[in-house]
Amino acid sequence: MSKDGGVSCLRRSEMIGIGIGELESPPLDSDQVHVLAVDDSLVDRIVIERLLRITSCKVTAVDSGWRALEFLGLDDKKAAVEFDRLKVDLIITDYCMPGMTGYELLKKIKESTSFKEVPVVIMSSENVITRIDRCLEEGAEDFLLKPVKLADVKRLKNYLTKDVKVAADGNKRKLTTPPPPPPPPLSSTSSMESSDSTVESLLSMVVDDDSLTLSPESIASPVDSPLRRREMKSPGLD
Amino acid sequence: MNTTVVAQLQRQFQDYIVSLYQQGFLDNQFSELRKLQDEGTPDFVSEVVFLFFDDCSKLINTMSTSLEQPDNVDFKQLDSGVHQLKGSSSSVGAKRVKNVCISFKECCDVQNREGCLRCLQQVDYEYKMLKTKLQELFNLEQQILQAGGTIPQVDIS
Repeated sequence: MSKDGGVSCLRRSEMIGIGIGELESPPLDSDQVHVLAVDDSLVDRIVIERLLRITSCKVTAVDSGWRALEFLGLDDKKAAVEFDRLKVDLIITDYCMPGMTGYELLKKIKESTSFKEVPVVIMSSENVITRIDRCLEEGAEDFLLKPVKLADVKRLKNYLTKDVKVAADGNKRKLTTPPPPPPPPLSSTSSMESSDSTVESLLSMVVDDDSLTLSPESIASPVDSPLRRREMKSPGLD
Repeated sequence: MNTTVVAQLQRQFQDYIVSLYQQGFLDNQFSELRKLQDEGTPDFVSEVVFLFFDDCSKLINTMSTSLEQPDNVDFKQLDSGVHQLKGSSSSVGAKRVKNVCISFKECCDVQNREGCLRCLQQVDYEYKMLKTKLQELFNLEQQILQAGGTIPQVDIS
């Protein structure tokens, strides 16, 4: 189902061959975020892709961890032809997938030199604390409970517009920012972890899309994310 | 544009969709999907739900095969099928289908073949019922658009 060019499950070599790879490489809009979405469920892929596009992200959607690695040039095959031009700002992956789980994919990304700084978000339909902890310990940025909503995706944009983020354990980690310095975030969501100046700039943002309903969660602290609940309990993050 | 006709159709649409939520066919995730539809993507919701119905049909067939031989039920494959169905029904807001999947999983976990057969039958019934209901809903949408009106935003809260 790709009649609108939506779901791209092409091999990366094919994509470059037919010119899609070209479209993904610089010069890119400095404020256009490129997300790699990984999910074995077609329905979920379509939904996550739409959610991301509606928040002005460019999306590449693949159906497995292997395809994701292939796209990133991290598979065992020949070295990626143009991987140094490949810009991925965020990777969002399902946890439960046949073959390679989202957790295994996360590990491989964090072990790589080229992509270990890219924020990785895990999605799962099951709220299992040990699973969440394991992913966060391995370096996942956040853990989203399925079904994923617009408010969840809007919140993710915060990860991509700060230079330094304080992680739940208090360690500072530098996030990849696209050169030149990114413009202010499009989302009006405020983040629990922001510094005061970032919060101010976020709160002064005007909602850019009148047709979208702002759910209460996107304004106040979202309560349905396990990570958010954990952070709210930690002192000193306000 | 005949404003009376449009208003009537919009009213009909509104009542119908509210009834679907009230009767438990749909949950909030369906509203979330509707938020993602706009003039540029007027068929988004119907495309996703029809993909879901295709999914249902295929998975039900596979699971039916798994359950055929009483002495040789592949509960692992069954569990995988139920997990997928539960996931996609949750993603589109198909509440009744999702709830049957929850019971179905419990039957798989204890390797209750009879229970699984009942759940399979029920999941088949529910997805087909939902398909009929949503076809009616999309039909109403088309009538509204053809009469020159706009689809109402419906607040389910």
